[in-house]
Amino acid sequence: MELYNGPLDVKEIFGRWLDEEAESNYGAYIPFVGTIRAEDGIEALSFDIYEPVLRNWFDAWQQRAKERGAVVKMAHSIGDVPVHTSSYVSAVFSPKRRVALELIEEFVEDFKANAPIWKYDVKNGERIYAEDRSTPMDGSGLLA
Amino acid sequence: MVKVEFLGPIGKAPVEMEAKTLADVADKLKEDGTVKEWLPKCAVALNDTMVSDLNTPLKDGDRISVLPPVCGG
Repeated sequence: MELYNGPLDVKEIFGRWLDEEAESNYGAYIPFVGTIRAEDGIEALSFDIYEPVLRNWFDAWQQRAKERGAVVKMAHSIGDVPVHTSSYVSAVFSPKRRVALELIEEFVEDFKANAPIWKYDVKNGERIYAEDRSTPMDGSGLLA
Repeated sequence: MVKVEFLGPIGKAPVEMEAKTLADVADKLKEDGTVKEWLPKCAVALNDTMVSDLNTPLKDGDRISVLPPVCGG
């Protein structure tokens, strides 16, 4: 798992991941790119990450992928990411396509629901928590 | 003493308190007007592992994280 300040260098990351697994005998490599869209007058999105819990979450996913003969990878931005650049990339490598197609969907959906990352709209230089697009993590409300 | 930290947009400084279980932490946080409204939508980690049982026992030096709704990507 890779974390970067600011936007991701998508081509460098995907190229490097391809090189890393070039000799691993995986028949399928399915990348996913999340790009910041220009909407609602935002200049950028901005992200806070709680790295210790994110690492635990990702390690659990690596184990789940391994049990199916696959590998998951991801990179995410911290701080401001301007529109039309990318804040999130992930990928699955697997021996055959079916596992990779299934895993990329499960992995990206669980990422949206349970990765400890907080998103803010940046408008006129101000950070505004994207509350209406955010999802309570599994187990929320325990202390209420 | 245990330490409670509030992540992301909650924007509150960590607090220390005496607590034997997570239920004790819940009781104390519900007295705090700025935090109370967040609690129904927040998940909880104990020493960076997600937890789901209010009876979870706590020991001196434990770190509790309150995690508000997320949106990565």
